[in-house]
Amino acid sequence: MLDYKPNIVLATGEYKVVGTRPIRHDGADKVTGQAKYGADIILPGLLHGKILRSPHAHARIKSIDTSKAEAAPGVHAVVTSADWEQPTGKVEDLAEGSIHNLRFLSNNILAYGKALYKGHAVAAVAAANPHQAEEALALIDVDYEVLTPVNNFREAMKEGTPLLHERLETLSDPGLRAGGYKSDEDTAMGSNVANHFEFRVGDVEKGFQEADVIVEKETNTAAVHQGYIEPHTGTAMWQPDGSLTVWSSTQGHFNARDLLSRLLNLPVSRIRVIPMEIGGGFGAKGILYSEPVAVLLAGKAGRPVKVTMSRTEVFEASGPTSATNIKIKLGATNDGKLVAGEAHLIYESGAFPGSPVPGGCNCIMGPYDIPNTYLEGLDVLVNHPKSAAYRAPGAPAAAFAMETAVDELCEKLGMDPLEFRLLNSAKEGTRRATGPLMPKVGLVDTVQAAKDHPHYGTPLEGPYRGRGVASGFWGNGTGPASAVAMVNTDGTVSLVEGSADLSGTRVAFAQQLAEVLGIPAEEIKPTVGDTESIGFTSNSGGSGATFKSGWAVYEAGQDVKRQMIQRAAKIWDIPEEDVEYTDGVLQHKSDTELKLTFRQLAARQNATGGPITGRAGVNPGGAGPCLATHIVDVEVDPETGKVDVLRYTAVQDAGKAIHPGYVEGQIQGGAVQGIGWALNEEYFFNDQGHMANSTFLDYRMPTALDLPMIDTVIVEVPNPAHPFGVRGTGEVPIVPPLAALSNAIFHAVGVRVNELPMSPGVVLEAMWKKDNGS
Amino acid sequence: MQGLTGGNQVIQVEGATVRQIINNLELLYPGTKARLYDAEEDELLPGVAAVVDGDASQLGLMERVNPDSEVHFLPAIGGGG
Repeated sequence: MLDYKPNIVLATGEYKVVGTRPIRHDGADKVTGQAKYGADIILPGLLHGKILRSPHAHARIKSIDTSKAEAAPGVHAVVTSADWEQPTGKVEDLAEGSIHNLRFLSNNILAYGKALYKGHAVAAVAAANPHQAEEALALIDVDYEVLTPVNNFREAMKEGTPLLHERLETLSDPGLRAGGYKSDEDTAMGSNVANHFEFRVGDVEKGFQEADVIVEKETNTAAVHQGYIEPHTGTAMWQPDGSLTVWSSTQGHFNARDLLSRLLNLPVSRIRVIPMEIGGGFGAKGILYSEPVAVLLAGKAGRPVKVTMSRTEVFEASGPTSATNIKIKLGATNDGKLVAGEAHLIYESGAFPGSPVPGGCNCIMGPYDIPNTYLEGLDVLVNHPKSAAYRAPGAPAAAFAMETAVDELCEKLGMDPLEFRLLNSAKEGTRRATGPLMPKVGLVDTVQAAKDHPHYGTPLEGPYRGRGVASGFWGNGTGPASAVAMVNTDGTVSLVEGSADLSGTRVAFAQQLAEVLGIPAEEIKPTVGDTESIGFTSNSGGSGATFKSGWAVYEAGQDVKRQMIQRAAKIWDIPEEDVEYTDGVLQHKSDTELKLTFRQLAARQNATGGPITGRAGVNPGGAGPCLATHIVDVEVDPETGKVDVLRYTAVQDAGKAIHPGYVEGQIQGGAVQGIGWALNEEYFFNDQGHMANSTFLDYRMPTALDLPMIDTVIVEVPNPAHPFGVRGTGEVPIVPPLAALSNAIFHAVGVRVNELPMSPGVVLEAMWKKDNGS
Repeated sequence: MQGLTGGNQVIQVEGATVRQIINNLELLYPGTKARLYDAEEDELLPGVAAVVDGDASQLGLMERVNPDSEVHFLPAIGGGG
């Protein structure tokens, strides 16, 4: 058994800088309020943009009269979707899974023809101050024909139900999740189902025939929001030469630039996007809401314009993750071996196609070795805000179904749930339910570490208390990335890279470069470059930044190292092969008198051939999936149904934790978001399709007062496709908590709660039903 | 895709690159190429990832394929943070 420590790192590889915990370079700026976020931008002549939003969940826009608003005091511009060209329905691939149908993206930014959810942007005003802009919004006259809202997937899929998009094609390809319209030749009616696809491996019918024990169940989860602290914000300024500068709170400034380029028909070379510090994104700041509106207003006004959402706008008009319905069936033999699995996943995408149901299918059976599987995914439109990515998109709801079904299977088999997972864990070479073979992963290691953890070995005593476990899978992403390392004459290195820093990646990049160069991380000065300061870098998403930009930084460091060796060889007039570079010191391999430190050589760079700059552009494969296993103890109040989390331990394979402190922070943050999703959070829609709880007062996220310390265990099973063994770590910790809590509630009070959130009322009702025998 | 391959889950196709695999697949099962290949851009369709021996390819059509490699065509799945 492990010795109890609050946060344990089970390290397998030792380095000098990688794996240590230096203070983050941007820390002082952030804790002293000096760091500049998107809304901090102030420019000469800056105007403030405000957006008029639909009061209806579903309505045809018959006309928009902006004349009174245009004449209002302080108003400089009013725009609607008529102010830009409507793009075609062609799907665009902007790298790293960033796939968009520009027509749908454009129509989500500014409604065209129909308002498709309450809060849908219809028009916008730029005025001298925010108050004048708000007053002018009230003067815009929109003539709506109110239509029946489609409020959930059941209504959406019913025969004869109103269609959100009359020409929507039902695709059968999860790769085209952005959806599209029917061709002109196809005269059949459209649908509210944007995509319907299947994955089949082995013979699932035969598999179930071989099963001795079968579990079938259905789960439902509500839409939830990422809850980032900083609302969306964008500022735009047109230059006299017709080029455009945009300041944005974004997870991907190159992606933002490329989307703006396509939406505005402007070459990328004429758009500069400057990434500001970001107050949380969790996936939802990989797309655009405010920026294009600011661009249109700035163009019309001839002055810079800033558009910043309020919290209510964030709830009503940005993208939560999908509500889901999942039916799952698992079969196992009496000795506990899984032989078949089948799942039907329905995800509500909101008003436009593109829910994360492909991600749900990819992850649902990820932790297990099941020889026969069948998966069906449906992407269904409803009159709610268009869903957006949220940390491991699609996976938590899928794991809620899978991992609670596994718990039921263990109960029927009389098996310890971690023993069951050890017996059935996916490992290198396991055939996944979506087809490919699993690369080297550390699930067995996380399950074993969970089993060995004092938390699991400590008896849980007292009534209404229960312990639950669950595992989770996330595939992780990669993509193109760039880095430039410039050696300064004082021996420091200025590092410019292209990944927006969501979570402390600057320090992780500095550490990887420092490790290569053999100097302290504090000697590296990391900066996130804008779109004109560094080469293309794909979004900070898919837990990919530390992996892909880490690779770029590693290669840039190797480039610096090569040049340093060349300079030392030149100074000593010896062949380069005779120079060795170890721990930041260059020396002759046999003449130990010939020695220069990194700092000494840096000081001589200009006189020995000019500045030393290392650079790299990469697009590395092998991001390597990440797996986790969580343990939670709860106590349920039998009077109110309220669930208190007593103890929580999260075990995760990080490959190699570059900065363990920030990996622990990611694990704790993911677990906490998962706990909120499980117990409290939901988009509560009334029968008109209006969100009824669009403030943080009514949309209850957990606070530090609600939760115990989240203990972490970092297991390190190095990713063979990264020089330091990195796997992305940011997303998988949100995958297991939903199911772990449901399982814990079952073991506390004997009821299976299959709906999220498991709020006090829902838990109490389940307990009453059990007591009444219904 | 299994709808286009008569329900076959595994197809044996020759080819040294993903591009050759797709071309040869089309000869055996007409219609498959259109589900994978964007002729206008001469690249994999947006949203399609070629997974070669368990690893999502970063080179698309140019990715090298060994004689005993496994190639899957899957949705390119983006992440959230």
